[in-house]
Amino acid sequence: MDAAPPDLSAVMAALAQVMPRANLLSDPEDTRPFEADGLTAYRRTPWLVALPESEEQVAAALRICHRLGVPVVPRGAGTGLAAGALPGEGAVLLVLSKLNRILGVDPLAGTARLEPGVRNLAISEAAAPYGLYYAPDPSSQIACSIGGNVAENSGGVHCLKYGLTTHNLLKLRLVTMEGEILDIGSLAPDSPGFDLLALITGSEGLLGVVTEITVELLPRPLRAQVVLAAFDDVEKAGAAVGDIIAAGIIPAGLEMMDAPAIQAAEAFVHAGYPLDAAAILLVEVDGTNEEVSEDILTVRRLLLQSGATEVHSAEDEETRRRFWAGRKNAFPAVGRLSPDYYCMDGTIPRAQLPHVLHRIGELSAHYGLRVANVFHAGDGNLHPLILYDANRPGELERAEAFGADILALCVAVGGAITGEHGVGVEKIKAMCVQYAPAALEKFHAVKAAFDPAGLLNPGKAVPELHRCAEWGAMHVHQGALPHPELPRF
Amino acid sequence: MADAYPELQEAVRQAAAQGRALAIRAGGSKDFYGGETRGERLDVNALRGIVAYEPRELVLTAKAATPLAEIEALLAEQGQMLAFEPPHYGAAATLGGTLACGFSGPRRAYAGAARDFVLGLSLIDGRGEHLHFGGRVMKNVAGYDVSRFAVGSLGVLGVFTEISLKVLPRPRHEITLQFEMDEARAIEALNRWARQPLPLSAGSFHEGLLAVRLSGAESALHAARAQLGGEVLEHGAEFWRRLKEHDTPFFAQAPLWRLALPGTTPPLDLPGRQWLEWGGGLRWVATDMSAAEIFAAAQARGGHATLFRGAGAQRFQALAPALLSLHRRLKAAFDPAGIFNRGRLYPDF
Repeated sequence: MDAAPPDLSAVMAALAQVMPRANLLSDPEDTRPFEADGLTAYRRTPWLVALPESEEQVAAALRICHRLGVPVVPRGAGTGLAAGALPGEGAVLLVLSKLNRILGVDPLAGTARLEPGVRNLAISEAAAPYGLYYAPDPSSQIACSIGGNVAENSGGVHCLKYGLTTHNLLKLRLVTMEGEILDIGSLAPDSPGFDLLALITGSEGLLGVVTEITVELLPRPLRAQVVLAAFDDVEKAGAAVGDIIAAGIIPAGLEMMDAPAIQAAEAFVHAGYPLDAAAILLVEVDGTNEEVSEDILTVRRLLLQSGATEVHSAEDEETRRRFWAGRKNAFPAVGRLSPDYYCMDGTIPRAQLPHVLHRIGELSAHYGLRVANVFHAGDGNLHPLILYDANRPGELERAEAFGADILALCVAVGGAITGEHGVGVEKIKAMCVQYAPAALEKFHAVKAAFDPAGLLNPGKAVPELHRCAEWGAMHVHQGALPHPELPRF
Repeated sequence: MADAYPELQEAVRQAAAQGRALAIRAGGSKDFYGGETRGERLDVNALRGIVAYEPRELVLTAKAATPLAEIEALLAEQGQMLAFEPPHYGAAATLGGTLACGFSGPRRAYAGAARDFVLGLSLIDGRGEHLHFGGRVMKNVAGYDVSRFAVGSLGVLGVFTEISLKVLPRPRHEITLQFEMDEARAIEALNRWARQPLPLSAGSFHEGLLAVRLSGAESALHAARAQLGGEVLEHGAEFWRRLKEHDTPFFAQAPLWRLALPGTTPPLDLPGRQWLEWGGGLRWVATDMSAAEIFAAAQARGGHATLFRGAGAQRFQALAPALLSLHRRLKAAFDPAGIFNRGRLYPDF
């Protein structure tokens, strides 16, 4: 490896040997569109953007960068919400969007073979003629790519029943930083040796670059029906979720919104949500016709028993679509209330919801920033949306401090700092809160097993131990912050 | 969550310092599985007990050597279950051993594998450090997914201490349907049905008989039965229990090979007797073919073979050279002195 910082024109010339010159961008005019992913608070004009068109070009580019000691940041569709694809200084931004072919759908095996740039929704569209679909449905599914979904282990609104990305993958082709191509997983159940598929899924582009993905497709349920319930108290809504699950029903979707989120969504899409409710629940059950009829009756009964003030079943597809439209547009709806919002992604044991929402309310008052809460209630994934105005000096910093407190709170009640968005750059300090130093060290050792030179997406996802000390971030364990007697805001 | 297991950690630290191999063992019900483990026994039976169980959260946390039977009995009281339907292979089976082997049962092809239900895992690594990965929540994408990665690693990465699992409600009703047909048609039917919204939860084919289990609401089972036809198998639950536990003469044969294959793989033209499960993805083969022939047959079909029971030096499908060296580096990341379960997974580990 060269000790001197690599020279742009030399790297460009080397890469031009293995991919079309037109696919290499270094003029800021051309590279600026790639300066940020979905979390635009973090941006950096890329040093060099490379757009390979094939696995061979990816492998060759990685080999060159490895030889020259140039860091590489992989990027998919750029819809990520944790700045995981933030360009690095003096790093090649490896954009996989040209690898966007659906290589095949096998309707009998129920599988689809994909290049990483295929959009999430395009998989289900390709599978639809066979009555099949790809289950994980992040809200960005129109734009986000399957390669990015693998990197982030993306979720969606159906995770409790159908799992995350990691539960719906069969096989990957992974190119290491050294340019070696590995086949991970297989079309057969399980794999010999370690479960590398699990390790790579959600590794945020730190272990390798995925060039091919085989996913499992599921049969489209015959029927899905959603019930909307309103509550005058968030605690009652939370208890109702537990009651439904205790009754042996695993809803396909189970979403909660608090009053600010309801009001924002209603004003934006007129979903028919009751404006005086403290919380609403959307409960969707799917399955065979008979099962859905049975479950809907049970769900309605349980919701009323739990103190719902209103319960409405969507009797037709149009009403179902409308009920869901409010939830699916909750983020942009909240965005209309404020110039900027900051979306958090903590997970908590569901029983902790009333306590956590109460505490978020207190923090909101402390920081003087409004917050709306959208909650994947079935799987405990909370998305508080902190409203702020970046043009007001200090507000972004306040919003970030507020967010960090929410994540520490999630860890303290037994949850996690991210349920589906990933760590990236954004939550790297919070990693020091969630994991003890020995576990962080182990993550670094895993990284070194794949990428000994540390050139792939450096500085993301796993913090250096000395940085945790510098930030003063404290590991929260067993729900106990060190020095609990100190006020902490 | 126990913070530390000082005695176990100290035992590991000393063994590492002296380069002594340790063979991790609790109930010993899986002694038959994998290569011969070298080293002195590290008894972990003290890691016993259910730490937390929240039926309404669908989460259970137990120490690694907690008997599987104890966990399943507790879940059954609340109408819940381990959806990967793990085989026990003996009364002494523990949760940790089951996950170290990565064993799943008949529901595997329809509900998911053992690793799919793991939410968090704590282990003592080869330096004697007690590490916690994942947690007790359904979703957690912070850090690498070491909890699921460690499932099936046969104890070579560390001593499992505590495990958190997602549990699920037991199906309200189950019936088993039986059909007489040849194997090619059975494989086609299993795949075709699995791609339809049918409440399938298990499938088996053996000597001209296809059996499928349906699980769910009673009305849904009636509708599915009307669509599929077939005869209702009396004592269906007992049929699946015996298959899961290998409690039939077929599974007493040795050597017994387990071939994991793409589910649509046509009938295997191999000498010996076979039993098919998991919608076609799992083929048990009792045969005297040489190990080399069986491994080649599995690989040629895009799958892998395991010598499940019986004598033989090579028990697992060989890895491609690049993958094997990655395995060695990962092993070293967790167990730098190479003390855990030498020989159990690969001869040179």
